[in-house]
Amino acid sequence: MTADLPAAPEFSEPVVDWHRLDVRMLIVRPLNEVLGLVPVFIGLLVLGKGETWRILLSVGMIVAIVLFGLLRWVTTRYRITAEQVEMHTGLFVRKRLAVPRERIRTVDLTAKLGHRLFGLSAIRVGTGQRDQPGEDGLTLDAVSSTEAERLRVLLLTLAVPESVEPAEERPSVVLSTLDKRWLRYAPLTLSGLVAVGALFGLTMNYARELELEVLGPLTDAAHWVVAQPLWLTLSLFAGVVLVIAGFGSVLVYIVQFGGYQLTREPDDTVRVRRGLLTTRSVSVAEQRLRGVEVEEPLLLRAGRGAHAKTVTTGLGRKGESNLLLPPAPIVEAHRVSAEVLRLEPSPTSTPLHRHPVAALRRRMVRAVVPVLVLSGVLAWFAPAWTWQVALALVPFAALLGWDRYRSLGHVLTDRYLVARQGSVVRETVALQRTGVIGWRISRSFFQRRSGLVTISATTAAGDGAYHVVDVAEGDGLALADETVPELLRPFLERVGSNAVETYPQP
Amino acid sequence: MHRSGNLHATLRPPVRHLPKAGLASPRARPWGTVDVVSTDQLRLRAPRHRVSRKSITLWTLHAVIGWAVLLVPQLVVLLFSRTPWQIGVAVATLAVGTAHTVVMPRWRYRVHRWEATPDAVYTLAGWLNQEWRIAPVSRIQTVDTKRGPLQQVLGLSTVTVTTASAAGPVLIEGLDHDDAVRLADELTTTTQATPGDAT
Repeated sequence: MTADLPAAPEFSEPVVDWHRLDVRMLIVRPLNEVLGLVPVFIGLLVLGKGETWRILLSVGMIVAIVLFGLLRWVTTRYRITAEQVEMHTGLFVRKRLAVPRERIRTVDLTAKLGHRLFGLSAIRVGTGQRDQPGEDGLTLDAVSSTEAERLRVLLLTLAVPESVEPAEERPSVVLSTLDKRWLRYAPLTLSGLVAVGALFGLTMNYARELELEVLGPLTDAAHWVVAQPLWLTLSLFAGVVLVIAGFGSVLVYIVQFGGYQLTREPDDTVRVRRGLLTTRSVSVAEQRLRGVEVEEPLLLRAGRGAHAKTVTTGLGRKGESNLLLPPAPIVEAHRVSAEVLRLEPSPTSTPLHRHPVAALRRRMVRAVVPVLVLSGVLAWFAPAWTWQVALALVPFAALLGWDRYRSLGHVLTDRYLVARQGSVVRETVALQRTGVIGWRISRSFFQRRSGLVTISATTAAGDGAYHVVDVAEGDGLALADETVPELLRPFLERVGSNAVETYPQP
Repeated sequence: MHRSGNLHATLRPPVRHLPKAGLASPRARPWGTVDVVSTDQLRLRAPRHRVSRKSITLWTLHAVIGWAVLLVPQLVVLLFSRTPWQIGVAVATLAVGTAHTVVMPRWRYRVHRWEATPDAVYTLAGWLNQEWRIAPVSRIQTVDTKRGPLQQVLGLSTVTVTTASAAGPVLIEGLDHDDAVRLADELTTTTQATPGDAT
């Protein structure tokens, strides 16, 4: 009889027994750590001409790392009960962590290279409780990838009780995947320059340490370059740095964002997967999503590119776990925002209200005056050419100030508060109005004289507060009052030309 | 007495609704912003309660300690060597420090205010730069009172109201200790009566 019925959906029984981390971690953790120390070992062993203390030191380090891994594996246990996720760890300092499952907002799977060789993943459970910074959430490092996937579904499903309704298997919807053409935005990020700097530093360091013959030819080349006329030296140097930075940034982009895929899973979570070597999968319960932030660093903006972040509770602020879209066309950033927020068109692309001219004056003063002061000080204390250079920067400072004013804007849509600011990094944030949990209205001495205020919406998600900078006092208060009805109203009053009228208390 | 101004005010119908931001004829700008003609004159009213008068003493002590940290090492150096530069800097420090110590506490006392309604906590703090903070009671996570050594001597307390936001708590500095404890108790009671996890 029952054979005719389709098989019942598999119900994943909550684990109540204590579990250990995967036994393969005994190899993986030392492996990961030894991999990071490879150059040191090379330095100690290969180039050490076989001195005994070097060998002993290396062996000692490896033994210590392996022992530490063993200790950690032996002492760490976890279990998932109906109410909470518990983890016990540590030998000398026993730590008992317990996270109530209803508080789980995000699940973050990370697999480093060593993990991936052995089919493992580290799981980080984010709660968004900010009482103790650094103690936010809990990490299981690591379990097998299948176990990780099972836990991900299990933890997020119970985190959203409404969707426990037995899953009619909806397929996951792909919202965005990596496009090869996005690689052209890689050189517009500064990651290339950073990579060049790091590479240079590392090479120099190890070359000296390992007594390699890298320096000789390099020094010769440097001497040759310096011997050329100044313009040639400069352009050669700039050219080399630019080329290396370009390649470096493309490489960094591919390593970080290779295999990028943004999906909406059947359990109503938004999931970002990325990474060529270290794979990363971050799932955010859609209920906990408070908005989207589109960021346009200056260079990227010049190429009409942007990257996007989620504004959500329960994600660590370090480690880019809130990434939604890697550097990509701005159009794609708005499209992805719209998809993720299920709102077409995206609130981040709504036309914004401009801020008053007083804000332009303020931006200008704040951009130009420090440069003027600097050149004044330099004229007093330093050689003449320094203050001339500083003075030559004034037009650029003015441009920056003007652009910062141009970036300022805000608007209120049906469900979102949208605010934009910044020039070097222009940030457009769309914050869910229901996610606003308070206000801060600040007014500096100079803002007061210009009739401006900065309105900050505080929220449990993302940065904690999002600012509408330098808005006219009346407009800003009206905006805040309309964003969250009834919160600000009792504290507002209206100033007519002759009369002060207080709003009636409800 | 010339009354035309007041007459104007009485003829004007009272305005009961806030104008919606953005209704006034928007004008498109090339960079995707829109002009808004501002017509309303909203402002925040001051919270109802002042902080304790003893706060002036507290802030004065804070300022004196802070400036002493800057000034005393300079004076010690002056004992051993005196250049016009060093004397100039020391005199300037003394002058600015004195002005700050005299002006800041009184200015702050005139500004600092607080209010707790059944729905929200509302504070105003600062002197040159001022900040209003509003936290709805439904979003409060913890309420603490805290007293530093100087505050204990003066019988003052700080009430700290935290929400789930990482941007920092709402602070009410310089309340009489009894008032602070009463306020914290009240807030805790109303907060506990409010369901939800405050995020």
